[in-house]
Amino acid sequence: MFESFDALFLARFQFAFTIAFHIIFPAFTIGVASYLAVLEGLYLKTRNPVYQKLFRYWVKIFAVAFGMGVVSGIVMSYQFGTNWSVFSDKAGPVIGPLMGYEVLTAFFLEAGFLGVMLFGMNKVGEKLHFFATLMVAIGTAISAFWILSVNSWMQTPAGYAMNDVGQFVVTDWFEVVFNPSFPYRLAHMLLAAYLTVAFVVGAVGAWHLLKDKTNAAARKMFSMAMWMALIVAPLQVFVGDLHGLNTQEYQPAKVAAMEGHFDTEARAPLYLFGLPNEETAEVDYALKVPGLASIILKHDINAEVTGLDQFPREDWPPVATVFWSFRIMVGIGLLMVLAGLWSGLQRLRGKLYDNSLLLRFSVFMGPMGFVAVIAGWIVTEVGRQPWVIYGLLRTADAASPIDKAGVAGSLIAFIVVYFLVFGAGTFYILRKMAADPAKVTIPEYAKHKPTMAAERIYDEEA
Amino acid sequence: MDYALIWAILISVAVFAYVALDGFDLGIALLFPWFKKEEDRDVMMNTVAPVWDGNETWLVLGGGGLLAVFPLAYSVLMPALYMPVIAMLLGLIFRGVAFEYRFKTKRAKGVWDLSFIIGSLIAALSQGIMLGAMLQGIEVTDRAYSGGWFDWLTPFSFFCGIAVVIGYMMLGATWLVMKTKGDLQRQSYRAGWYSAILLVACIAFVSLYLPYVDSYIAERWFTYPASVGLWVLPVLLVVITLGLLRSLQKRQEGRPYLWGLGLFLLSFAGFAVSIFPYLVPRSITLWQAAAPENSLKFLLVGAVVLLPIIFAYTGYTYWVFRGKVDPNSGYHD
Repeated sequence: MFESFDALFLARFQFAFTIAFHIIFPAFTIGVASYLAVLEGLYLKTRNPVYQKLFRYWVKIFAVAFGMGVVSGIVMSYQFGTNWSVFSDKAGPVIGPLMGYEVLTAFFLEAGFLGVMLFGMNKVGEKLHFFATLMVAIGTAISAFWILSVNSWMQTPAGYAMNDVGQFVVTDWFEVVFNPSFPYRLAHMLLAAYLTVAFVVGAVGAWHLLKDKTNAAARKMFSMAMWMALIVAPLQVFVGDLHGLNTQEYQPAKVAAMEGHFDTEARAPLYLFGLPNEETAEVDYALKVPGLASIILKHDINAEVTGLDQFPREDWPPVATVFWSFRIMVGIGLLMVLAGLWSGLQRLRGKLYDNSLLLRFSVFMGPMGFVAVIAGWIVTEVGRQPWVIYGLLRTADAASPIDKAGVAGSLIAFIVVYFLVFGAGTFYILRKMAADPAKVTIPEYAKHKPTMAAERIYDEEA
Repeated sequence: MDYALIWAILISVAVFAYVALDGFDLGIALLFPWFKKEEDRDVMMNTVAPVWDGNETWLVLGGGGLLAVFPLAYSVLMPALYMPVIAMLLGLIFRGVAFEYRFKTKRAKGVWDLSFIIGSLIAALSQGIMLGAMLQGIEVTDRAYSGGWFDWLTPFSFFCGIAVVIGYMMLGATWLVMKTKGDLQRQSYRAGWYSAILLVACIAFVSLYLPYVDSYIAERWFTYPASVGLWVLPVLLVVITLGLLRSLQKRQEGRPYLWGLGLFLLSFAGFAVSIFPYLVPRSITLWQAAAPENSLKFLLVGAVVLLPIIFAYTGYTYWVFRGKVDPNSGYHD
């Protein structure tokens, strides 16, 4: 089945496949961990039992997703070496320490307090338990900080020199960590994680409201989620625009591919639809708004926008993939804004929980955050091609000396195992989500010092 | 200061912490075939459920740390050990998800038991095979692996794989002795006894076989008088073996696990002595593999500050979940 592909393509496909699967889980757990911290904090402050119920409802879902994130993440930390050994040798001195810091400041923190968060409810006091939840939430965000710094450095390298064996050597760690695209990418990704989870929570709330609109736990969930949608979705559009302008400055070829601009021109059009054709360097079947791209990218309708014609062909990213992934991401983003505004309107009218069309739309939007996250990563990663370190090291020159049969074998194994294992996990998560949040039972917090070892207190038999 | 050497020691600490901690997690799974009762398996899993994730993080530190401070070694070892590394990662996936999935279903509980056992077996076996493959030596040309696709697989490396499987079973059994009571504990004492004897036999075999076939290692261990100091290791092996067996026989709950760790520490020291100063045996020394000094220093600052904190809160988690796991408390909600 792989006759027409070379070892390099298979290695790229394997990385793309494993990381696309992986990013789903951190995107989810970053958001849910923060949501759990908010829920537990609100419970301790208000003593309203609905927050406690929601906490226990979502912590079970979190546990499954976190486990999947951990095991798919370990794959990433070894795959740089197995399949991208030249890249690891050359870039290891720069990105390695950042990932080292990720392990030391984030992974241990999350893992260390996860046990207390999941199993320690009846062993430590409620304040300590809240502390553990906070540490897990903070850990997920710190992890995002470091790994996005690594990725951003590969997009917009800074603070480096080369040594005599061809390795990148750091001249300024601050410039490396806070490289030009990092703040934008970090903000964009964290907001994406929070939005993704807001829409998952909103969909679960809406699902149960469609069955019973008086369900108090579902109402609380839906209301919280729609506040997030109303506030964060427009904020994400704003941050995304800033991120785009930053990309325009440092990676203009990527933006040209995103926009389907083959030619450099003033009053550049915005393509709403079209099929970019690299052979003819034209967008077929184009539906476009003249001048709008100049307004968006330069904030001036007459400004000239750089096209792919400014770059040699061998430096072009795959245009159609980037162009379409970008449209999918932006399209979903706009739907999220729509959902936020619509819910705001319904709330003003005092009918947030009564409009079944809004509830149905919210259920539909449930998985859309994940689609947008993956589409967004395809935009930025495929848009970086043909470079693995932008402008400095080509992807084609970075791979391990592993032959085609070897990579094909591991790729097939990853595909089979991931669909099997993470398919089962998704099934268990969906089953948890189908359970009625109003029926969650609450065991007591410990009032005395702990005596017994681990008890799995949070599981019901499904 | 010799930062490369400091880092070689720190990476060794991370790898040993991984083996000492995830070793008993994996070992518990490897013992499952001899513990057939569902309630026993529930308890066994719950002795490690709150800590396994942190234990596995040491493996991430080992990998990430190697990339950071010895990028050349990382970029040679990973392709050289491609198949066992991938197999280990896949095994760890099946093992890791079982902790959660197993309690999410009645119907498929057996499936996730199997996933737990086989995933752990593949992971443990792969880790042992990698150790063996490193002891055999790894071919390098121009900063890249240049050996064959199956160089890692020999009768010797496979034997090392089996030895690690047995070693983890011993750690698992001695951990269970500490964390359980009643029949489950009695059975764990027995499992600890048999696996300890088998493990010592494996260690003895590897220790005698390696110098026999490998003159470099023979010279390292048997050059008079330079090697005399090293002979303390075989002497200690005898002492610790006797200590372990005695503590199992006398039913000293907390001690067998510590003695067992001693066996691992000794084997680890033996491994280090046999490959030093190479990180990629006979091809790349730790100084050749080291990243530029400012990378070593930058991460060292973090390690010195953060590792003690990590040890502290990891210790706290173990303290919260100290004591025996009660089989009667469990799955209510």
